[in-house]
Formats: sequence, structure tokens, C-alpha cells
Amino acid sequence: MRIKECYPGDILKYPLSQHIGESAVPVVCVGQKVCVGQKIAAAHGKISANIASSVSGYVTGVEAGKEITVKNDGLYTVSDGYGEKRNIIGTGKSEILKYIYEAGVVGMGGAGFPTHVKLACKNSDKIRLIIINGAECEPYISPDFTLMVAESSKILSGILVLLKLFENASAVIAIEDNKKEAIDIFLKKTRHIKNIRVKVLKTMYPQGAERQIIYSVTGEKIKMNTLPQDAGYMVCNVATVKAVNDAVCESKPLIKRIVTVAGDAVYKPCNLIVRTGTEFIKLIEAAGGLKEKCEKIIVGGPMMGKAVYDMNHHVTKTTSALLCFLKDEVSARACTPCIRCGRCAAACPNGLVPLLMAEYAIKNDYNSFIKIGGTNCMGCGKCTYVCPAARCLTQMFTAAKRRIAEGRI
Amino acid sequence: MLNVSAAPHIRKGVYTEEIMTDVCIALMPSACFGIYYFGHRAFLIICISIISCVLSEYIYEKILKRPVTVNDRSALLTGLLLGLNLSAYVPFWIPAVGGIFAIIVVKQLFGGLGHNFMNPALAARCFLLISYSRQMTAFFVDGESKATPLMMIKAGERPDIFDMFFGTTAGCIGETSVPAILIGAIYLIARRVISFTIPISCILSFVTFMSVYNIMSCGSIDGGYIILQVCGGGLLFGSVFMATDYVTSPVTSSGRILYGMCIGTLTGIFRLSKGLPEGVSYAIICSNMIVPLIEKCTMPVPFGEERKSIWLKNM
Repeated sequence: MRIKECYPGDILKYPLSQHIGESAVPVVCVGQKVCVGQKIAAAHGKISANIASSVSGYVTGVEAGKEITVKNDGLYTVSDGYGEKRNIIGTGKSEILKYIYEAGVVGMGGAGFPTHVKLACKNSDKIRLIIINGAECEPYISPDFTLMVAESSKILSGILVLLKLFENASAVIAIEDNKKEAIDIFLKKTRHIKNIRVKVLKTMYPQGAERQIIYSVTGEKIKMNTLPQDAGYMVCNVATVKAVNDAVCESKPLIKRIVTVAGDAVYKPCNLIVRTGTEFIKLIEAAGGLKEKCEKIIVGGPMMGKAVYDMNHHVTKTTSALLCFLKDEVSARACTPCIRCGRCAAACPNGLVPLLMAEYAIKNDYNSFIKIGGTNCMGCGKCTYVCPAARCLTQMFTAAKRRIAEGRI
Repeated sequence: MLNVSAAPHIRKGVYTEEIMTDVCIALMPSACFGIYYFGHRAFLIICISIISCVLSEYIYEKILKRPVTVNDRSALLTGLLLGLNLSAYVPFWIPAVGGIFAIIVVKQLFGGLGHNFMNPALAARCFLLISYSRQMTAFFVDGESKATPLMMIKAGERPDIFDMFFGTTAGCIGETSVPAILIGAIYLIARRVISFTIPISCILSFVTFMSVYNIMSCGSIDGGYIILQVCGGGLLFGSVFMATDYVTSPVTSSGRILYGMCIGTLTGIFRLSKGLPEGVSYAIICSNMIVPLIEKCTMPVPFGEERKSIWLKNM
């Protein structure tokens, strides 16, 4: 797939909640002039992240708790200090974390957990292994692969920043074996670096979740009630590592990312470098336009992404892909009774029995649901994918988990 | 406005009716051999059985104003299995009654597809065996009354091993020919409809049981006798097509191994007992009933947990 820049359009919108945790608080007012890289919303509370403008222009709307609208003047004038090179050799840990915090870096694999919070874990000297997650196991999407091929040296530089934070750790770049090009590049570049290795993983879904990738890389199964960092592992997505590099070494906040636009309803599927806040329609235009009978648009991968009602949405820090399909495979079939074929139990990466969980979820028997481990479901969707009865298993579990979390049992 | 739904948004595209069709296709070699060897009566029995099953399901669901599920082809499969499990010389009302019993009593009264705790075709066969044993145990070949190989073994005779392997003996329509069953089994495994867990575990545990019995009764293993026992009766047919029925078998592979062992051992016990030369049907039906227990013992271990704690939790 080719990679190209996407024109961001005239109006950009920045949702204030692009990450896990509390919404950011606007620090600009209507009419104010903003530059590329300027902070427009500040982190609020313990778990939150800054948001920066990705274009220069004027703020035309501020809705606290919702979004900030910026009119693009097309000049892309940068803010003071943007792009200034820094040398990390003399930089201390707290300074590095501060740069990451300022840049508003969040986990770009999809979760959007603020990176400065994750990296500031208490026992940083106990981290033994940093896993750079380049598995990218969902079908259709390839922004991480594209990034690994295009920006391998920036990723390596980001890994060095992480290694500076965790002095006792070594790093592993985990890549699935269907991404030969990326593997070759990193094997070549890490040949002379002692504490960075490349681990080639078997291609399979799901593999990108923290516990799964730790298991694939090391063979260690981490308990559900243990955080990976307590077991000595730190998992970071490749795009996050690149964003860390940009934040620390180049003084650039997180304002751009790679987005895959694909599916059978676009004419020219491609990977785009997109500024955050860009309207979806601009991405579709860059991908050659949309075919007439598009039935479904998914933000993210087809297994865990979200379907949207219309195109009136904007790229955030965690938008990894935009998939447009002519046919909605899910609505094409109604749910039929479970035939107990056991395919879901064989497919579940967490060793659960989805058909039993579904039985309890339907009966609202949440105690039994918890007892058989239902809350450990990570929503990968594999059971639903293989189900010959077209049952909406993952959907039931998501609803059940939400009810349990809200205490409505 | 676009379609929205919660993730995942794609499907593998293998659906229930395709699986049912695959099993029907896998049964074709056995059915064809049965029709070739037993004549047109076999064909009529199979047809009556299928029509009876599909019609019962259709009429039952129409009367109860439920959505008609004939299209999922499970009734068709039940009919085909029932037909293949009957002698070609039963009166024509036997498959009709059997089909009605299988669908209405065993399947629909318990909630339809996915909710029956016994294999409908087998339950119907057992019902017929008990209620109409005279008609059900009369076997003919070319118009002459003939004992099935297992009846001959019981009476102390030794049937010809080649006849038994290729299926040119008396017996039910589908169960006699080993090659035909094996072709079906290979097709099902290749299409990933079933795994070989249940059939292999059934047959191995049966062979083990028979060997142990041999050693205990006469001090040595009689290989020929065991091969005859494996080829004879419905053991192969049952373990490939009936024991692997999704609805009535455990969902995890460890559970399936245990379930297969139950069937194999029970078949052995039944065959050695006085009255029954056959016994696979009863063995499967009995094992069907302990499936919930097996499942309770063989819950998989969730990722990152230890088996011990799971056992304690389930107790």
C-alpha cells in the first residue's frame, strides 16, 4: 500500500476525550489564533492527556467537555520550539516523562491510555523487558506496518528513550511473520544493538493485547489480576514509541498519525499520514472516494472497531483505520440457536467457554457469569467471528461486563 | 445513514446449514452403499424417514406459530441418520413413526435445535428397538433372513472378515460398510466439521476394553475377534456420525476425549452382556446424559490461571 499525506480540510475538530481517563480541559477561547503544535486543551486529573492543534488558524468553537473546533488557515505556522531537536543523553527520567506528558502521547494501539502515566510506573527498575508491539493482528489494517517500514529509525530512537527510563530492561520488537519487510529492516538495524532484539511472531488473531503478546514473546502467562508491569513487562505499540521519540527528541506533540483507509467500498485503499482533527470525508477523498452502496463504516479494525452512523466524525489520536464495506456481514444474518459446536471455546484466546457465558448473560445470571471468568473476556470478537449460528456473543459479553462494572447485578 | 452494530463486524461465513449439509454429504457414501447392497427398499426407508422428520418439524412449528426452521437442514440430517440406522426390511411405518418421535418428542419438546439432550435419531432408534423389537431385529439379505455378524459372534460363529469390512453382511442400511464410513469421516475431518477426537477415543477405548476382557477371560488377546467387533455393528458409524453430534457432545476437546471413552467402554459392556449383541446406540444415549457432568469436570483453564484454583471454584 502506498503512503501519502492527507489534506486536513478547512474545519478541524478535536474531541476532548481522545484517551482513557478524564477529558482534557480547553485552554483556548473562541477567536484565538493557534499554531501547529500549540496546546489547546490541558490534561485534567491523574489520568488524562494534553491535546494540541494540528494546524494553524483560529479557534471557532469551544465546547467544554466535548470538542474544540479550529479553522485551518492553510499556512501551518508552527508554535515556538516545535520541532526543536533534543539530545536525550543528558536528559533525566522526570524530564523525559514531562516531555511525553506535554506532547499528549497516548497508547496508539487503540486503547488510548495516557503514555506518561503508564511509563511512570512505581518500580521502573523492576521492568525486565519492554515489548514493542508491532503485531498488528487485525485483518485489513496496516498503519503500524507502514510506520515500521517508513519510520524505523524514529522507532528505534523511541526505544532508546524507553530504555533510558527502564535501566534494567532490554527491548524486543515483536512483529508477525506476515510483515517480512518490517522484520528485515529491524533485523538489519538492531544487529549491532545489544539490548534490542526482534521477535518474529506467528501471524494470528488476537495477539496485540498485552497479556497475549507477552505470552507470544516470552511464553509467560500473566494472571488476570496482575498488571504486566508488576510482572516486569512494559508493552508499547510501535506508533506510541514513535510518538515518544517525536515528543522527547524532536519536541513535537502528537498531532499526526497513520490511518489505513480500506474496504471494498473505497476505490483506492491506502495508508495516509493524517493530522488529528481531520474530517473523515477528507480521508475518503484521499482514498479515491466512496462507492455508492456503502453499508457500513468502521473506525478501527473489523474485529474490535466501532461502526459509525455517518461521516461526521474526526480523526483522533487512536483512529487507526477507516474501513468501508459494501455489505454488512452482521446484519445479513439473524441470530440462530446455539448448536454447541464448541468452535467458540476452541477459539477463545483467554480459555473461556463463550457459549456458557452467553447462556448466563441471556439469563442475567451475572454471578455465574463472573464465576466462569466472563469478566476476563477482552472482547476480541473471535468467538463471534467463528460462530456458525451467527450469535452475537461478544456483544452480549460487552453488555454484561458493563452491567457488572456499573454494579447493576 | 449507515448500518451500525457492536464489534466484531466480520464473520467467518461458515453457518449451521452448511455444517448440516456437510454431514449429509459425508453420509452419502454409506447411503449409496446401503441402497446398492440392500436394494430399493433401503432407498424408500431413507426417504420416508427424511420426509417424516422434515414434515414433523414443519407441522409442529406451524401449529405452535413458531418460526419454521426446516431450512437449517437439521431435520433433514436427523431423518437421514435415522434411515441409515434402520434395517432395510422394516415395515414402512417404522421410519415414519421414528421420525415423528425423533423430531417432536426428542427435539422439539425440549426446545428445538440445540436444546435436545439426546441425539434425536438415536433416541428414536432406541425407542423403536424397545417398542417394536420383533420388526426392528429382523434382518434379511436378498430376501433371506440372516443374522447380523454380531449376532453370529454371540452364537459362537465367526463371520467372514472381508464381508464385514466391505459391508456385504446383514445389518442396518448405513452401518455395514467400513470404507464408506471412512470416506465420510475423512470428508468431515478435512472440512473441519468434526475433529478426530471423539471417533478415535471411542474406538481406542472400545479396543482397550475388549483387550482387557480378552486377557481376563482367556489370558491372551484375540486380535481377529476385536477387529470383527470394531467393524461389526454400528460402532464406526456411531462414533463418526452419531457421537460427534454437536448438540449432545461436550464442547471442549478434553471433554470429548472423556465422552468418547465413556461410549467405547459402555459399548463394550453392553456387547458382552447377555441380551444385546449391538449396544452402540444405548452407549451413546447413556453418554449423552452424562455430558453435563463431563463438561463440569473439563472446563478449560482461563488464561493465566492455574487448574487447581479452577477445580476448587467449580466444586
